[in-house]
Amino acid sequence: MLSPEEIKARAEAAVPGAKLDIVPNDSPSAQRSLLVDASHAVAVATFLRYDVELRLDYCSNVSGVDWLDAEISEKVKVKKVVDGVEKEVDEVRKTKRPGYLEAVYHLYSMDKKHGPVVLRMRTENRADKNHLPSLTPVWRGAEFQEREIFDLYGIIFDGHPDLRRILMWDGYQDHPMRKDYVEPDDYEYEPTPHDEVLEKAKRQAAAEAKP
Amino acid sequence: MIDSPAIPAPARNYEVLPKTTDDGIVDGEYLEVAMGPQHPSTHGVFRMDVVLDGERVVKLKPVFGYLHRNHEKIAENTAYLASMPYTDRLDYLCSMTNNWAYALSVEKLAGLQPPERAEYIRVITAELTRLVNHTCLIGFLMQDMGALGTPLMYAFREREMILDLFESLSGSRMMCNYMRFGGCRVELPAGWLEQAKRALEGYSPFLDEFEKLLTENEILVARTQGIGPLPAELAINASITGPMLRASGVNYDIRKVDKYGIYERFNFRVPLGDHGDVYDRYMIRVLEMRESVKILEQALRDIPAGPIIDPKAKLRGFRPKAGEAYGRIEGPKGELGFYLISDGSPNPYRYRVRPPSLINLTILEDMCLGRPVADVVVILGSVDIVLGEVDR
Repeated sequence: MLSPEEIKARAEAAVPGAKLDIVPNDSPSAQRSLLVDASHAVAVATFLRYDVELRLDYCSNVSGVDWLDAEISEKVKVKKVVDGVEKEVDEVRKTKRPGYLEAVYHLYSMDKKHGPVVLRMRTENRADKNHLPSLTPVWRGAEFQEREIFDLYGIIFDGHPDLRRILMWDGYQDHPMRKDYVEPDDYEYEPTPHDEVLEKAKRQAAAEAKP
Repeated sequence: MIDSPAIPAPARNYEVLPKTTDDGIVDGEYLEVAMGPQHPSTHGVFRMDVVLDGERVVKLKPVFGYLHRNHEKIAENTAYLASMPYTDRLDYLCSMTNNWAYALSVEKLAGLQPPERAEYIRVITAELTRLVNHTCLIGFLMQDMGALGTPLMYAFREREMILDLFESLSGSRMMCNYMRFGGCRVELPAGWLEQAKRALEGYSPFLDEFEKLLTENEILVARTQGIGPLPAELAINASITGPMLRASGVNYDIRKVDKYGIYERFNFRVPLGDHGDVYDRYMIRVLEMRESVKILEQALRDIPAGPIIDPKAKLRGFRPKAGEAYGRIEGPKGELGFYLISDGSPNPYRYRVRPPSLINLTILEDMCLGRPVADVVVILGSVDIVLGEVDR
């Protein structure tokens, strides 16, 4: 099995203009992944599927991930002059990372019996620029899973043959797996002495009385 | 939140569409029928919107979600261990393998190693689960074909012995909740191995009897041979796994490929089909049960004494390091995987189940096109789905 670096080099050589990044993974599983830009994703996926060394003909798992806007603080060593002496001082640098949605593909090879190669794609943001190319034309096994991500995360897969909601009903508006999803408050509460439920029921009754 | 684009009108339950020839002449009607969600052959609350030309299927769209409870969201809002009993409810016939797949993924994420005795117990319970699943599936398949009662009752009689074993081991017959990260929950009760050996002694004779009843049965052969063939290339491309894939002749068994747990120690073979039709899928399951019996005999003979849980495993305050892991096992229905992302907190940031039942339905339409409705029931029965896992 080739390492992520080798796969990256091969794919970049085979697909002109493609740029892959290696996403580190600090957990003991050490499954590092390849981040591919959306515009070259289909070409890279086709390469991975038909390349003689890799032959990743089996797309096992497709997951959506929602990353909210976050502030990342990293410790950086900075050289500073303290009391006239130059020293290395730890400094916390904070950067803002805008949120995005992610589709993660776990690829294996039934032919060569190796894997997994993890392929990721990221949308530009979580609101309006939520399009990614569909990889269903390359691996048909992604069909229902991409539909599920469209349903639960709201990523729109361009080129998908049948992009409809799969688990929620047609006409449902929200995307329940997003991290900022708020449950609709439409239950019929039976007021009980339980504090939290009473509070919720009161809030709901007040909202209903308003219009 | 964004709006969904172009939502199509909901499908009606019953619709008559004009059927036109190439010259534009109306010649008869297509009939659109909803099979399910309450149809007895759909194994739960599953619907197929079927368009029929007379009795032949011209279009078939599966409709999911009747049993959806957003298992993944619930798991992301609780601690890692709290999801363990909930994985039992995914594929409620095979709770032991669900537990194992989840435990395996968390072990990959946190770097835990179950001790040897726990690995043996896992293999034993997983293979017993495979026996339960395949026996029941054959019973259900026969029920779908109109063999009302007899094969299913024989299947349930054998399943009962294994469920008794599970009950004395975990306290529950179906919702076992037995495995833990880095091992198993409790030690085997006294005399359990002997009881398991006794149950297993009767299993090969039962399979012989079952096969005598079914394998060469004229009606079974007529209803299944050549029905719903699935070519190997299509099966691979559509991510079909488990007995369905192997019935199409693709040699891919995760027990052999990944060698997870201690499967490389056992001597067993991977049965492969030739035609990929419903009969092959039935036959593969019978042959897999025979291989499972072989594995069980070896495991029950060789199981060592020792601890059953990794001493590093923490039940309270369990926080894996930030990172991600995908773990998978060969479940009775196909590849069951869990994809976990940890951000260092007590809850998983992302918890994803790879459901073999759902993904194996991708090619349901391809297998059913041009067949009569009665064959759709048989083909669906041979896919082996459990709706608790399809809809999650």
